[in-house]
Amino acid sequence: MKAQSSSLMISAAALCLSAGLSSAETIRWGGSTDLNSLDPYSYGSTFTLSFLNHVYEGLVRYDADLQIQPALAERWEMMSDSVWRFHLRKGVTFHDGAEFTAEDVMASLARVSHEKSPLRGNLPAYKSAKVIDDHTIDIELTGAYPLLLNDLTNIFIFDAGWLKANNSEEPTDVTAGVEGYATFNANGTGPFKIAERVPDTRTSMVVNEAWWDTPAHNVTRIEFTPIASAATRVAALLSGEIDFVEGAPVQDLPRLKAADNVTVIEGNALRTIMFGFNRRPELADGRTNPFNELKLRQAVAHAIDAELIHKRVMRGASRVAGTLVAPQIPGYDAALDAPIDYDADLARSLIKEAGAEGFAFQLTCSYDLWVNEEEICSAVVSMLTRVGLQPTLDIGPRANQMPKLTKGDADMFIFGWANEPMLDSYSILVQTVHSKSGTAGVFNWGNWSYPEWDTLIDKAAVELDRDTRLGYQTEVLKGARDEMLFVPLHQQPMAWAVSSKVEYVLQQADNKPRHWLTRIK
Amino acid sequence: MLAFLIKRLSNAAMVMLAVSLMAFMIFRFVGDPVELMVNEQTTSEQRDELRERMGLNQPVLVQFARFVGNAVQGDFGISYRNQQSVMALIAERFPATMELVLLATLISLMVGVPLGVMTAIHRGKWYSEAVQFVSIIGVSLPSFVIGILLILAFAVTLGWLPAFGRGEVVDLGWWSTGLLTHSGRVALILPAIALSFYQITLVMRLVRAEMLETLRSDFVKFARARGVPAWRVHFRHALRNCLMPVVTMTAMNIGSLIAFALVTETVFQWPGMGLLFIQAVTFVDIPVMAAYLVIVSFIFVALNTIVDITYAVIDPRLRDANR
Repeated sequence: MKAQSSSLMISAAALCLSAGLSSAETIRWGGSTDLNSLDPYSYGSTFTLSFLNHVYEGLVRYDADLQIQPALAERWEMMSDSVWRFHLRKGVTFHDGAEFTAEDVMASLARVSHEKSPLRGNLPAYKSAKVIDDHTIDIELTGAYPLLLNDLTNIFIFDAGWLKANNSEEPTDVTAGVEGYATFNANGTGPFKIAERVPDTRTSMVVNEAWWDTPAHNVTRIEFTPIASAATRVAALLSGEIDFVEGAPVQDLPRLKAADNVTVIEGNALRTIMFGFNRRPELADGRTNPFNELKLRQAVAHAIDAELIHKRVMRGASRVAGTLVAPQIPGYDAALDAPIDYDADLARSLIKEAGAEGFAFQLTCSYDLWVNEEEICSAVVSMLTRVGLQPTLDIGPRANQMPKLTKGDADMFIFGWANEPMLDSYSILVQTVHSKSGTAGVFNWGNWSYPEWDTLIDKAAVELDRDTRLGYQTEVLKGARDEMLFVPLHQQPMAWAVSSKVEYVLQQADNKPRHWLTRIK
Repeated sequence: MLAFLIKRLSNAAMVMLAVSLMAFMIFRFVGDPVELMVNEQTTSEQRDELRERMGLNQPVLVQFARFVGNAVQGDFGISYRNQQSVMALIAERFPATMELVLLATLISLMVGVPLGVMTAIHRGKWYSEAVQFVSIIGVSLPSFVIGILLILAFAVTLGWLPAFGRGEVVDLGWWSTGLLTHSGRVALILPAIALSFYQITLVMRLVRAEMLETLRSDFVKFARARGVPAWRVHFRHALRNCLMPVVTMTAMNIGSLIAFALVTETVFQWPGMGLLFIQAVTFVDIPVMAAYLVIVSFIFVALNTIVDITYAVIDPRLRDANR
C-alpha cells in the first residue's frame, strides 16, 4: 500500500516535471505585423508566407544555406525542356490524418494559378499538371524555365479532399465579398499545427508529432502575438513577456544589447537598397530629362556618401553595396560589388559637364517600406544639395507613393529588391532591368530600355544550363553598373532579438524565421 | 414632439450620409490597394484586371452608391487584407474598445471630480495650483507618449503589468470581456490610465469652474450661515449642482474617447476598433475604413441625438423653439 502511494507520488512528480518542461518549450513570438490570413494565397505578403511555412510545406524547400532541398517531393527529373516529373514522398499525412498524394499537388497548383488568385505571379511559367500515379506528378510549363524549383519553395500544398469538403478549391475572392474557409482554418503537412487564431491578437501553433521529417527543434508550442508599435515590442521583450522578435528596430539595438536577458542576432538581408531614375525623354512636368545623361547619374553616385549613411543612419548595421544584388544571390559578381567612391568634387564637375547645375527634381520615398528609409532619403537630399543639385523630398506612406512610381511621376526614387521568393538575380533583371514588354519590366518605373540587355535576359529565361545562364545575368548586372541604371546603396540590416530562454535560432539572409530549427533551453 | 423627433433623426441620417461621402472622397488619396495585395512577380495586366474586378476604376459616385446600397442592408463586404467579413471584424473589436473607453471614463470621473472640488475649495493654495499645473501636462502630452512612459515604468522597470494585449478574454454571447480573468484585468489598467489622462484634466477643470460658480451662489452662503458642516456644503449641496454639465459632457465625450483610443490601442496592441482602423489605413483596406468611419460617426450622431432628445424632454422650451 505504502509502496503504491509513493509510486503515485513519483508519477505525480514526473507529471509536474513534464508539464514544467513542456511549458518551457513554448516560444512566445512578438511579430511586427500580423499574418493576414491562414490562407497563404490571399494577399501578397512575404511574412504571411514565411509564417505559414510552419504549417504548410512545398514540394521543395531551402536548407540552412539557402540551397534547394527535397521536401514533399523526394526527387524530380525533366522529361523534356518544359515538362518536369516529381516523385512525391510517401507516408506523409496532413494534420487531419489524410494521406498526401499527387491529387493534393494538383489541387494546390490549380488553386494558386487560378485566375482569381492574387498570387498567381508566384508561379509564372505554369501551364498544367498531370497526375501519373498516387505519388508521381508531371508539371508542364509554358516553355523551358530554369527557376521552377525556386518558385515551388513558396507553393504550399493543401489537401485536395479538405479543400473540396470545405468548398475552398478556388482562392478567396475579395471582390465577391464572401469569406473563405481556408482563411480561418489550416490543414497542412508542416511541423506545426494551428491551435488557435484570433486575428491581430494571437495565433498559436502546437508541434505536429506526426511530421515526416526528423525534427531538429524542441519547440512544442509557438505563441505568436503581433505588436505593431516598435517601442512596445522592445518593452515586451525587455520585460520578459515575449521570447522572440523578428523585427527589432535599429535605433533600439544598443538598448537591447545592453540588457542581460536579451540577445540580438544581426545580419545583412538579401534586400539591396538603391536609387533609380526616370529615363523618359521628358520629366513628369514636361522638362527635358537630364537623368538620361550618364554623367549626371554618375555624379549622383559619387555625391552619395554610402559609407557615412552606413555609419550614421544605419549605425554600422548595413553592408555597403556596389551592385544590384546581394552576395548570396546567384549571378552576383564580387568584382562589380566595389562601392562607388564618394567624391563630391568629381560629382560637381560631372554635373557641370552634364549641364545640370541647379537642376531641381523630386526624390520619391516612403517611410514604411525599408529600414530607416526616411533618414536615408533626407541624408541623400542634403548630399545632393551639397554638390549643386536642388532635390526636394517627396515622402508619404507606401500605399500613396506606389501609384506615383508606377505611373512614372517620380524623377528619382528609392528602390529595394530582395529577389524573393526566387533567390536568383533573374528576378530583378526580368522585373526591373528589362524594358516594359509583356510580362517583363513590371517594376521598370523609369521606362528605360536597353535592347541588348533584354536579349541577354530573354536568353537566360530559357537557358537550362546554370553557368551559362548566370553568365548572361552577370553580364547584364555589369552593364547596369557601367550605365549607372541604379545607384546601389547597401544591403539593409535585419535584426532579431531573443530572450535568454532561446538556445538557438537560425537567421538566414531571407529574413524568414524557421522555428522548426529553433531550440529552447 | 413627434415632429421634433423626426427632424432630429433625419438630420442625423443626413450627417451620416455626408460623413460617408467625405470618407469616400478621401479614399482616392490613400493609395492603391492592389499594389499591396499582389506580390512582386505579378504582371501589370494581372494588376489591372484585379483593379477592374474590384471596381476601383469606376467613378467615385458609383462606388459610393454601391457602398451605401450595401451598407443599408448591413453588408460592408469583406476586408481586402484578411478576407474576413467587415461587420464580423468590427463586432469582434467593439467590446475591447468599449471596455477600455468605459473604464477610462470611470477613472476620469473618480479622479477628476474630487480633484476639481479640491482645487475649487482650496483655490490659491500651493497644492491646488500644483494640481492645476500638472493637469496642463495631462492635456498637452500626446497620449502615445503617456502610453510609452507607463509601459517603461510599470512593465519594463517594475514588471508589474503587461506591456501589450488584452490578456485572456471570456465570451459572453457575442461580447468578449477581459474583466472576468486576472490577466484580462491587469492588461486593462495601463491602457485605461493612458486613455483617461486627457479626460481627467477635462473633468477636473469643468468641475472646478462649476464649483467656483456654485460656491458663490446664495444657497451655499445660507447653508454656511446656518452652520452646516463644510464637507456637507461642498459635497452634498454644491457638488450636486455641478454634476449635470459634467455628466452631459462625459456622455458626449465617449465618442471622442473611442476616436482617441486609436492611438492608445496602437501603443498597447489593444485589439480594438482603432487598431483595426490603423491597420486598414496601412493596407488601404477600403471596406474596413469605410465601415469604421460610418460606425464611429453613427456613435457620435446617436449620442448627440440622444442628448438633444433628452434635453427636449426635460425642457419644453427647446421643443417650442424648434417648432
